[in-house]
Amino acid sequence: MAQVSIAVNGKVRRADVEPRLLLVHFLREQLRLTGTHVGCDTSQCGACTVLIDGRSAKSCTLFAVQADGSEITTIEGLARDGELHPLQQGFWEEHGLQCGYCTPGMIMAAVTLLNDTPKPTEQQIREGIAGNFCRCTGYQHIVNAIQHAAGKR
Amino acid sequence: MTTTPILPKLVGQRVKRREDPRLIQGRATYVDDVTLPGMQHLFFKRSDIAHGRIRRIDASAAQAMEGVEAVFTGAEIAELLGPMPIGTPYSSPAHRAVAVDVVRYVGDPVAVVVARDRYVARDAADAIVVDYEPLPAVVDPELAMKGQPTVIHPEFPNNLAVALVPSGTGVDAAGKVDDSAIDKAFAAAEVVISQRMVNQRLAPCAIEPRGVVAHYELGKGSMTIWSSTQNPHILRTFIAALNGLGQDQVRAIAPEVGGGFGSKINIYAEDYVASAISKRLGVPVKWIEDRSEAFVATTHGRDILGYVDLAAKRDGTVLGLKLRLIADVGAYNMLLTAAIPTLTLLMANATYRIPAVRATLTEVFTNKTPTDAYRGAGRPEATYFVERAMDMLAQELKMDPADVRRRNFIQPHEFPFTTQTGAVYDSGDYEKALNTALEAAGWDRLKAERDAARAQGRLVGLGLSMYVEVCGLGPSSSLPTGGWEHGQVTIERDGRISATTGASPHGQGNETTFAQMLADQFGVPIEHVTIHHGDTAVVKQGVGTFGSRSQAVGGTALHMAGGKVKTKMARFAAALLEAHEADLVFENGRIAVKGAPASAKSFAEVAAFAYVPVPLPEGLEPGLSEEAFFEPANNTYPFGCHISMIEIDRDTGEPTLLKLVAVDDAGNLINPLIVEGQIHGGLAQGIGQALVEEVVYGEDGQLLTGSFMDYALPRATDFPRFELHGCVTPTPVNPLGAKGVGEAGTLGSTPCVVAAAVDALSGFGVRHIDLMLRPEKLWRIIHGGQA
Repeated sequence: MAQVSIAVNGKVRRADVEPRLLLVHFLREQLRLTGTHVGCDTSQCGACTVLIDGRSAKSCTLFAVQADGSEITTIEGLARDGELHPLQQGFWEEHGLQCGYCTPGMIMAAVTLLNDTPKPTEQQIREGIAGNFCRCTGYQHIVNAIQHAAGKR
Repeated sequence: MTTTPILPKLVGQRVKRREDPRLIQGRATYVDDVTLPGMQHLFFKRSDIAHGRIRRIDASAAQAMEGVEAVFTGAEIAELLGPMPIGTPYSSPAHRAVAVDVVRYVGDPVAVVVARDRYVARDAADAIVVDYEPLPAVVDPELAMKGQPTVIHPEFPNNLAVALVPSGTGVDAAGKVDDSAIDKAFAAAEVVISQRMVNQRLAPCAIEPRGVVAHYELGKGSMTIWSSTQNPHILRTFIAALNGLGQDQVRAIAPEVGGGFGSKINIYAEDYVASAISKRLGVPVKWIEDRSEAFVATTHGRDILGYVDLAAKRDGTVLGLKLRLIADVGAYNMLLTAAIPTLTLLMANATYRIPAVRATLTEVFTNKTPTDAYRGAGRPEATYFVERAMDMLAQELKMDPADVRRRNFIQPHEFPFTTQTGAVYDSGDYEKALNTALEAAGWDRLKAERDAARAQGRLVGLGLSMYVEVCGLGPSSSLPTGGWEHGQVTIERDGRISATTGASPHGQGNETTFAQMLADQFGVPIEHVTIHHGDTAVVKQGVGTFGSRSQAVGGTALHMAGGKVKTKMARFAAALLEAHEADLVFENGRIAVKGAPASAKSFAEVAAFAYVPVPLPEGLEPGLSEEAFFEPANNTYPFGCHISMIEIDRDTGEPTLLKLVAVDDAGNLINPLIVEGQIHGGLAQGIGQALVEEVVYGEDGQLLTGSFMDYALPRATDFPRFELHGCVTPTPVNPLGAKGVGEAGTLGSTPCVVAAAVDALSGFGVRHIDLMLRPEKLWRIIHGGQA
């Protein structure tokens, strides 16, 4: 067992973990933050995307021990003081989701996209979320949702 | 009198989804989010060869591992569970949930571990040693039909799962075939198009893999099963039957379900095994599928080979169609496996008036993952074969692809139209859909753009496809589960509305569309309506969500139940208002006397009276709760036209989709925003089939596309912005006039993208390119190699 100390959604969590425990399983099963999803086992789908020290990362690609000392934001920590994050609002307004399974990861990937490129072109949005699969929407309403959050719609 | 706010009508409006707040905040509960005290985890040891006899299984090391509760082999599971049932009338080989003596595809389960967590369960499965005697793998369906290289199920000679189903002109109800009409059509032909076409195998790839939690409570003798399913009531039926329980003793719950696309209709081995192990051990158990596991363990779709012959006159008039279908169904019959390709037979008539059609279907076992429904399920295949043939005819006759289609359409006045293959199309206006699409796309302008691009040496092409599909499944005669749907509407004591639907959604937004309908029906705010679904303890009866049926069948059932409650509520209101019930209007949260708005009661007042009815109006029972089963008299047949423009890179062969215009006629729309989302998703899957997706097996039956590293799922960068245009021809089959739209996008998109690629490469003498449009394949055409 290894000891980790990880700040998740603003609260420091200390835990003993198996060294091989994936970060996503630490979040989902030890912290019961089940908003972060698992959609594959090869780091292709992006359903598990969270923010690590402010940057989006696929939480299935690293072990919990590798996140020791970092600050993590999950989908549960995105809304502030009961106010939806502009991306959450955008996904709702523009029907950016259907089954909702890819949505938390998609939103977390878009957070970094908009941090890096506050006024992205449609092509930049499509490239920015190319690491995240959605099987329901055909992506068009997701693009609209991100544009909405960027203040373009 | 106080003024009441005017409530806008919601049906037909782009209402934001009520499901979304929980989904965008990570507060939804999918099956992997369900945790029960004392829960154990399952992991399946699966065959890593395609075909072989199990000589010996050594699970001793696994059993000895810390944290392992039990290991069950196939023989031990067979003591708990009989063979898995199917839902079609075809004969089927006995299919054990865990293989007992022979494995028949890569991924066939051979043992299952029960352990305290998923990591330990997986370690233990790795420690199980299975000794196989390898058998030859049957991979090519056309060889399989000759019994080569071997026979998978001895009781099915030549691997024929379904030997031959004839359909079309001159086939009587008993299956007796008279070929005179089809022979005459081909004898009269001035031109015949003949082509072998592949509609390749696909993986459905819902982003949420499957999963199940089963909890048998020893004290109560009852089972609760959470499963990522499209149809909890069907799950309940089969789980009860195989576990020796009554349907009253099983509660099935479809929690939040992360996509299905047909792959979560089937009741799977893992559902049965989880329930049986929970019953045996008396503890809750969970199984969650890995993605790599999903590629072998979740049913695949499509995989139909078509030999197409089209007979026509030189003016483009179609005289006859022959379609010989060979469906590679994989190693076993699952719930609907055998029935899916029959939908290709049914829809072989497409949108055309074809004087003679002969379609035949043979289904073949191979050593692959079984096929079952995948979005479109048999109809995209029919559309693909016929539309490609129409394009080839247009090319042969040097006609515009729109003109050759126009010449052959079934005309609006001919509906209801009985096709040569026995479908009764309810309604349609195909030329209107075509014209709408041509105009919206700017067909003539696009042709000029294409020609200008070609003049610069660019490889640009245009494609067009019509489609008609069978939706709103369907009368009970067409579905072994029953073709109805159930709805119940309860006006609660406080005037709020609880409704239940058997149409258990997995992304379709039924909580929103159904609430829109009921809010309008009762004239109450949508916030006062709650739609319950997905739990057989709450929803009395149901069939499920598939075949683009939730709105057309499930929505209608709720509408009917709502109508019954409304009638009863009007009688209570009439008693309170001392008015005649026929004079009452339900609007703006009140029930008022027509023409006398001051004479009104609030919805809540009438509801309260119905539950404490003093005095009870004569002939009424207290309470306001009614249910309805809606059995449609027919399927619905939505239709449309898709147009695409594509460019192929001369140096790399890489295709880029430049434009996709879709006109889809789904009848009346409850929520156009949700409908657009459904069409977008369908288009993406249809385009994915054309451009990037293909399940590939090696000659030894090894799956070569076993993860997202190898199976290409379309990404956001693969698509242009889709351009959608409406066309509304309401169906007479249900009172809503709604036909269904969940699958439509997959139908026209695949053939129109292939047509565009063929057009782009027409300068190289190409008539047809088999799916999918791999850049290598296109590059070889451009550079003179073999296609």
